[in-house]
Amino acid sequence: MSEQAPSPPARPTGRRKVELDPRLAAYKGVWVFIEHERGAAHQVSFELLGEGRKLADALGVELAGVVMGAPGEATRRFCAQAFHYGADLCYLVEDPILAEYRNEPYTRGLTDLVNVFQPEILLLGATTLGRDLAGSVATTLQTGLTADCTELNIDPENRSLAATRPTFGGSLLCTIQTLNYRPQMATVRPRVMSLPEPDTGRSGRIVEHPLGLVETDIVTKVLEFIPDQNRDQAQLAYADIIVSGGRGLKRPENFQLIWDLAKVLGAEVGASRPVTQAGWVSADRQVGQTGKTVRPKLYIAAGISGAIQHRVGMEASDVIIAINEDPAAPIFDFATYGIVGNAMQILPALTEAFRQHLATARKAG
Amino acid sequence: MHSVVCIKQVPDSSQIRVHPVTNTIMRQGVPAIINPYDLFALEAALKLKDRYGGRVTALCMGPPQAEAALRKALSFGADEAILVTDRAFAGSDTLATSFALASAIRQIQRDMAVDIVFTGKQTIDGDTAQVGPGVAKRLDLQLLTYVSNIDEVDLERGEIVVQRRAEGGVQVLKTRLPALVTVLEGINEMRFATLDDMFRAARYPLKVWNREQAGIEDVARIGLKGSPTVVAKVFAPQARRERAELIETHSGASSDVAATLLAKLFTRYPQVKAQVERQAL
Ligand SMILES: Cc1cc2nc3c(=O)[nH]c(=O)nc-3n(C[C@H](O)[C@H](O)[C@H](O)COP(=O)(O)OP(=O)(O)OC[C@H]3O[C@@H](n4cnc5c(N)ncnc54)[C@H](O)[C@@H]3O)c2cc1C
Repeated sequence: MSEQAPSPPARPTGRRKVELDPRLAAYKGVWVFIEHERGAAHQVSFELLGEGRKLADALGVELAGVVMGAPGEATRRFCAQAFHYGADLCYLVEDPILAEYRNEPYTRGLTDLVNVFQPEILLLGATTLGRDLAGSVATTLQTGLTADCTELNIDPENRSLAATRPTFGGSLLCTIQTLNYRPQMATVRPRVMSLPEPDTGRSGRIVEHPLGLVETDIVTKVLEFIPDQNRDQAQLAYADIIVSGGRGLKRPENFQLIWDLAKVLGAEVGASRPVTQAGWVSADRQVGQTGKTVRPKLYIAAGISGAIQHRVGMEASDVIIAINEDPAAPIFDFATYGIVGNAMQILPALTEAFRQHLATARKAG
Repeated sequence: MHSVVCIKQVPDSSQIRVHPVTNTIMRQGVPAIINPYDLFALEAALKLKDRYGGRVTALCMGPPQAEAALRKALSFGADEAILVTDRAFAGSDTLATSFALASAIRQIQRDMAVDIVFTGKQTIDGDTAQVGPGVAKRLDLQLLTYVSNIDEVDLERGEIVVQRRAEGGVQVLKTRLPALVTVLEGINEMRFATLDDMFRAARYPLKVWNREQAGIEDVARIGLKGSPTVVAKVFAPQARRERAELIETHSGASSDVAATLLAKLFTRYPQVKAQVERQAL
């Protein structure tokens, strides 16, 4: 990815046909790094397997999961899950050193795997773990890495990965290719790709590979892991219904109206940046470019203008309901339904309408 | 204690507009700022200097105008500022950028040992979060990303303990110096520049290094040549959605508006209705 912003005028360089170095042409297959922490695989890995499957099919190659972790049942389970979500095989590196994520041994393990088994494409989640690891591995391998992609395709002309990502806070998109280096690496944020239906009947083969390190080689030690107290904070990215409030709510007390509606809907609470910055809710609830990317079935935005930095975090929502006083607010340009009105009056009415509907549904059902 | 803080000058993305016809970024009049995430890195370095003494060096690779960002860093209290600038850097992607920065840091290390290299979490124009890890690998520094707190620095033992944001919690990590720390937003609040520092910054003889002075011999490793990724296409996002259907009622009463909305929503999107009922029951 260009750290230097593409400079205007955007001059398309056109498709460059490049003869791939024969040593690089030997790189085959699509890999997805299966991220896990605290005994559970991260959903983004399964989303990536769904996407990886399409790329592998387009290229006519195999899709592999890469599982690294401490020896044990959990690690094997991640392989099984990778098969359910579409992997043909799994590369497995088991070592007690890998019990908790640390940059050094994970970088070493993944780099070794790549050098030995030579994949043409390597995908990771754009999580704190994935970005830490991807940056180190790409530098070690001296190859290209495209961050935070929103779309992945195969360029039919040269069979290379065409990775599309937002730039300038989402106002533009750019497609990036790594033509004469392998593997081609990309990270994708959670919830950007859809989760495929798992097929629990699917299975595949496991290729084991040793790590070849001892604990005393590793300089960094994990002293402790402090889980987020409020478990539901981490759920925002995976919520099916989200009610978000913005600066239009005017006073912190009014934000209670958001919580009230969320409670009736069993929904998560989100917010725009000014609201989290003012401390009305915790920073974990910020949706947007510098916050979370969400993809709920229903997103209700009250008193939110719809600035591009907010939009990029929530526009993949299936249905967006916007409440805003200003008929010219940008959020109405992409919401599904809009209510032009005062959020302090509309929100309680909406809460009541949902409450009544649910009461009726409950009686009926 | 000697910290090097990498800062980048970026266009203020909140003020950027895209040209409606040509789909290009309109930069005219858009102010250039220090990447906001890098200010947290600078402040973290200054805090360590307050506590342990030592020096803070601000380092920037960029066009000559980026001098302004470095003067700003000086006004906040950085002791030294180095601008690495050369046409040969144009078009560098993250791999080439990390190569150039790492080379410059190696030059700095020849004069004075470096304990910590700081960077922001990511930039607001590139957004990649890749340069920090890249620099760490090239200099063989211990890498600590997404650091939300620096718990302890033990200069005698050459150790650092930090809290690092992970998925679902915080890792407390202990490692050896020198290390590269990428700082999470909100870890601190940037101090105000003092009048004295502002005067000093304005007069300060900034160090400006070209490619050779930054210790880079091989031009094939920087700029477009040193960048494995190529931008194949830049385009405006397609309007994925239509304009919102506005809910209107004759009475205009909030309760009527809400009822109308629900009726429309549940008829057109039965899956949303099912979700609402499933979740709340
Ligand atoms: C680098 C960078 C990163 C950023 N990242 C993010 C991010 O991740 N997420 C994010 O959200 N923002 C982000 N922003 C900020 C973003 O640019 C906007 O400033 C922000 O989204 C605006 O929040 P808002 O819509 O709540 O507030 P405002 O822009 O103040 O809009 C408030 C809206 O409420 C409406 N309103 C006022 N009163 C009422 C009422 N009584 N009833 C109904 N409506 C009312 C107004 O018409 C207005 O549209 C970022 C900015 C920068 C520069």
